[in-house]
Amino acid sequence: MAALGAGILLAALAVAVTGVALAVAARRSGRHEYVAAARRAVYALAALLATAFVLAEIAYLRSDLSLAMVAESSSTDTPTFYKLTAIWSTQEGSLLFWVLLLALYSAVALRLARGRLRDATPVAIALLSSLATFFLALLVVWESPFAELRPAAAEGNGLNPLLRHPAMMFHPPMLYLGYVGFAIPFAFCVGSLWVGRTGAEWIALTRRFALAAWTFLSAGILLGALWSYGELGWGGYWAWDPVENASLMPWLTGTALIHSVMVQERRRMLAVWNAALVCATFVLAITGTFLVRSGVLSSIHAFGDSTVGPQFLALIAVTTALSAWLVARRAPALRAAGRIESWLSREALFLVNNLLLVGLALVVLWGTFFPLVSEAVSGRRATLGPPWFAAATRPLAVALVLVTALGTAAAWRRVRTRALLLALAPGLVAAVAAVAAGAPLGLLDRPAAATMVAACALLGGVVAGELVRGARARRRALGEPLPLAALRLVSRNRRRYGGFLVHAGIALLLVGVAVSSSFPERRDVRLRPGEAVTVGGYTVRYLAPTARVLDDPSGTGAPVVLGARLEAQRGSERVRLEPARNFYPSRAGNGIIASYFEGEATSEVALRSSLVRDLWVAVRPDVSGLVAVARGLDRRLRTPTPMQQLRALAALAEIYRRDPPPAAFRVLVSPLVAWIWVGAGIALCGALLALWPRSRRWVRRPLADARASEPSRNGSARSGRPAADARPLVGARLGGNGNGDGGTGGPGCGDGGVGSGREAQVAGEPPTVVERR
Amino acid sequence: MLAAMDVRRRRSLRLVVALTCAVLLAGALLYTSFGSATEATSPSDVLDGRARGDVQLTGVVVRDSVERRGDTLRFRIRDRGGRRSLAVVYRGLVPDPFREGREVIVSGRMRGGVFVAERDSLITKCPSKYTKERKPAPARESS
Repeated sequence: MAALGAGILLAALAVAVTGVALAVAARRSGRHEYVAAARRAVYALAALLATAFVLAEIAYLRSDLSLAMVAESSSTDTPTFYKLTAIWSTQEGSLLFWVLLLALYSAVALRLARGRLRDATPVAIALLSSLATFFLALLVVWESPFAELRPAAAEGNGLNPLLRHPAMMFHPPMLYLGYVGFAIPFAFCVGSLWVGRTGAEWIALTRRFALAAWTFLSAGILLGALWSYGELGWGGYWAWDPVENASLMPWLTGTALIHSVMVQERRRMLAVWNAALVCATFVLAITGTFLVRSGVLSSIHAFGDSTVGPQFLALIAVTTALSAWLVARRAPALRAAGRIESWLSREALFLVNNLLLVGLALVVLWGTFFPLVSEAVSGRRATLGPPWFAAATRPLAVALVLVTALGTAAAWRRVRTRALLLALAPGLVAAVAAVAAGAPLGLLDRPAAATMVAACALLGGVVAGELVRGARARRRALGEPLPLAALRLVSRNRRRYGGFLVHAGIALLLVGVAVSSSFPERRDVRLRPGEAVTVGGYTVRYLAPTARVLDDPSGTGAPVVLGARLEAQRGSERVRLEPARNFYPSRAGNGIIASYFEGEATSEVALRSSLVRDLWVAVRPDVSGLVAVARGLDRRLRTPTPMQQLRALAALAEIYRRDPPPAAFRVLVSPLVAWIWVGAGIALCGALLALWPRSRRWVRRPLADARASEPSRNGSARSGRPAADARPLVGARLGGNGNGDGGTGGPGCGDGGVGSGREAQVAGEPPTVVERR
Repeated sequence: MLAAMDVRRRRSLRLVVALTCAVLLAGALLYTSFGSATEATSPSDVLDGRARGDVQLTGVVVRDSVERRGDTLRFRIRDRGGRRSLAVVYRGLVPDPFREGREVIVSGRMRGGVFVAERDSLITKCPSKYTKERKPAPARESS
């Protein structure tokens, strides 16, 4: 198994190097056969790496403890689900996963790119294959996932108990899918620049990849927050930890990217900015991977002594230098012909939103690397805490939401003030209503939270107003009932309304963040059975202790679980809560029975969640008495048989149930936390909607039919625009879809025709908002 | 001609405004960050009197030094690469991964020879790759 796996990785390295060579040859000679061969090399690479990954997973499933990676992160008694997902808790496994994803993404992208961007593709292949070569070299030389352990371990370490949480097991792959996905736009952008192409073709080709990567990255960050909230036992979802920040930075620049490429598609502007942004995003994505694995900055994730830190630093340096040189060299050729005509146009507002997002990324970057800066300046390592991050990012975030609301309401090129105010009206109403609703609850005591709530309500109101207006226009034109009109409007303009949905979701999420972080009620108390504590209107009473042996209700395989049964009461509402703490045996230690209480322990949080507030309780039982008894047993029994161990544990559990020492509880009551998850869910649905390919039926529909079903979308029905205006637009849309996957930007995605000049009216845009000449 | 002049002037004006904003923002960032940063201090820094007042102490929890009594946690913390250590008194929430031999960060100040920590300020690093601490265990009877 080990030899086979190592052989496959070596073969994959050879194939990756061959891919680079073929791509370079293709670029030099311009011969099509070489490009085809290089592409096939990438396909082969993907197949080889998928095989290697499956082999590694089989080793985990079989608990093949002769592999160091398996022995280190799994064990025979690890639950199957966690066996399969343990692979990305190791450095070797996650590097293998990284390069596998890179190869898969590259294969899909190259398959879709056949026949397009002929001159730039070889450069993109060379770049992607070089990246794969780098990671494969790491795997072959320094960190082999198939390194053998001689002699084989009798039992593995098991997966780190802290990682035994469903969210945690999907969090790393989602993050990696996000990080690696940005390699595709990066490669094609650099390829285009390299060969001197200055157009937006690379955007059309890779827009979907950027959006998919963004979606995955968002989901990954969200799952990380969920894990932190449910597993770490401190009750927060975000701590401005370096590794959290590492995932947030590419997310921020990636968000800027997926907005600013629209400006380049539509108005041929911001080409330099986009090129710089895509390079920065990818460099930040590599940095994210590196930070998790290097231990440069101390973090809760500090994975300690990585062997590949210098190599990663070299990769980051080379990528940054290459990007900077290329963008600087091509900048003169990329200068835009178009100009921003009005500051109240969508492109101008997109630019401001981009600056804010990049500003946020810079703030986070500064705060994250501040320890290194201060060490260089003063020789002392100083860190910036969450309060600094919150204070530094808050104004930018509020401004960002406001600009997003304006950008949603504005049209391309320019918008009349009256039209803009009309589009903003529902938002302004919503903002006033939200603040008025919050005022009696004390919202105004926290001006920062109130500002954020108002801004988010404005955005939500504008988005809802746009949807209603579009649906009404459709109803008026086609006589469809309003719900059907809304549904059709959304399904036929997926990119536009998917984006709106994302904005609405983010608005909800930010309300949840602002309110829950401003009004937390927290108590840390020690209680005996029968005693109670009052937090945020809840009276929480400790009824009785619980103790389970070999019966872990959360399915993580903990042999001992100690907890508490609580009753919380608020008015007429009465709930039962059972927080617990899982104890995992320490594999070192002296006595075997005592070791059951001296290893890792993790919290199983009891959560009562509602849209209004969350009641969150974690318990920390005092086991010092039990450990003393266990040590005594260990002295008597020396080497207890499994049966004796079991009996001893059962007896200890009984002692804990009968005569429990006071346990420490943390009780949190925080309002609107659920809005974070709901908002994020809505945003992810919106992103999926925007990503969903358009159906073929729609693409192939005859022109006349398309026009007949479309009148409301280009505004002619209501504004009385001459029908002739609609013709080039519909033509452009069908043409745009004809040449590919519908990812060609503007035309394919219901956002009007690319560069169809002054008449480029946004399809589905409510007529009143669009400037009419 | 005049229009060209005007465009050029407007452009340079815009540039100046943008640069001023950027410089102001960068200044604010610098000022606030150096003002609100907490220095990481090692136990020997404190013992030698190099760090006074409120500090953020970073080090490794000394083996067999942890003692819980009710709500209070007492332990010794040593330099990451050394042996000199300092007694710490801590009250509040103890993070899940807190163990002897692990690296922790705790804020507080010296009072009468003992480092008195602020409530709930203890941070523990999560050693996900904790194999470097110990090799996979030899065969052992497990229930």
